[in-house]
Amino acid sequence: MSTKTSERPARSVKGVLGEKLGMTQVWDADNRLVPVTVVKVGSNVVTHVRGDADGYAAVQLAFGEIDPRKVNKPMKGHFERAGVTPRRHLIELRTADAGEYSLGQEITVEIFEAGQQVDATGTTKGKGFAGVMKRHGFHGVSSSHGSHRNHRKPGSIGACATPGRVFKGTRMAGRMGGVRQTTQNLFVQAVDADKGLLLIKGAVPGPRGGIVLVRTAAKGA
Amino acid sequence: MHQLDAVNAATLRDDIPAFRAGDTLKVHVKVIEGTRSRVQLFQGIVIRRHGSGVGETFTVRKVSFGVGVERTFPVHTPIIDKIEVVTRGDVRRAKLYYLRDLRGKAAKIKEKRDSVPKADAKTGAKGGA
Repeated sequence: MSTKTSERPARSVKGVLGEKLGMTQVWDADNRLVPVTVVKVGSNVVTHVRGDADGYAAVQLAFGEIDPRKVNKPMKGHFERAGVTPRRHLIELRTADAGEYSLGQEITVEIFEAGQQVDATGTTKGKGFAGVMKRHGFHGVSSSHGSHRNHRKPGSIGACATPGRVFKGTRMAGRMGGVRQTTQNLFVQAVDADKGLLLIKGAVPGPRGGIVLVRTAAKGA
Repeated sequence: MHQLDAVNAATLRDDIPAFRAGDTLKVHVKVIEGTRSRVQLFQGIVIRRHGSGVGETFTVRKVSFGVGVERTFPVHTPIIDKIEVVTRGDVRRAKLYYLRDLRGKAAKIKEKRDSVPKADAKTGAKGGA
């Protein structure tokens, strides 16, 4: 395998970090009911800009309050360099137009507008140790017709002496949830610049109070 | 959900009269036909109020040409022009699903007698005793 990772054309991406407040519903202009997730963004600040020296273009965003006592010396210095108070969450957003950002610059919800498509990334709710029906959507075993104590079992997990083992990657029961997930092509229903809120149509990964990264959609027009 | 109160406040309507299951309502519904908008009337008995907050709904039942018709509206929907309370019903349930099995006179709901003079009479009696 001598495939070289092909460089994707550099895209300028906009993004903000926010806190998921929960879901509610609003009516649109045509009086249709729209389920929305409310993401509180408030303001993000730029704490670092990566460019030629780093070999890639990206902008580092910081979000969320933090007790100053919990910030260690190296991080304190990092925030001081940007000229901002320490924040709790830091992410790096790869974007072609990173050079246009400046240290300490505030980023608000106004970078998005209603009607836009976005991707939302969050950490899903942990489901604990889940069986195959919940975790992988298996159909389980018949509830009757002679089934005995195997209603939610996976059934066969492979053949016999050939191959004589269970294939790697076979879907089985195990820990479910609590992983980073991106939901693509969500519709921005409304942007409330005064309150710093983003109303996104549909569900966004994670619990209420979870941190959500909202970016311009990677796919679609 | 307190965090979303500010978002919900914008969609909540404050012009909805108080009503409960058993009441007879006239619901004026805005209907858009092409470019024209008109108001349609839906009159019937409230058989339930369901949910709370911005997602609260109510169901109005009427019998139209011998066929029972039920329509569920969100309480705060903008398609409702206005709601008129015609009568207050005297019922002992919050959900009047039993009306679906009743026809004609049996499906009638007693009208609630005004409780204000009654209360006066009670206090008067107490005062006398």
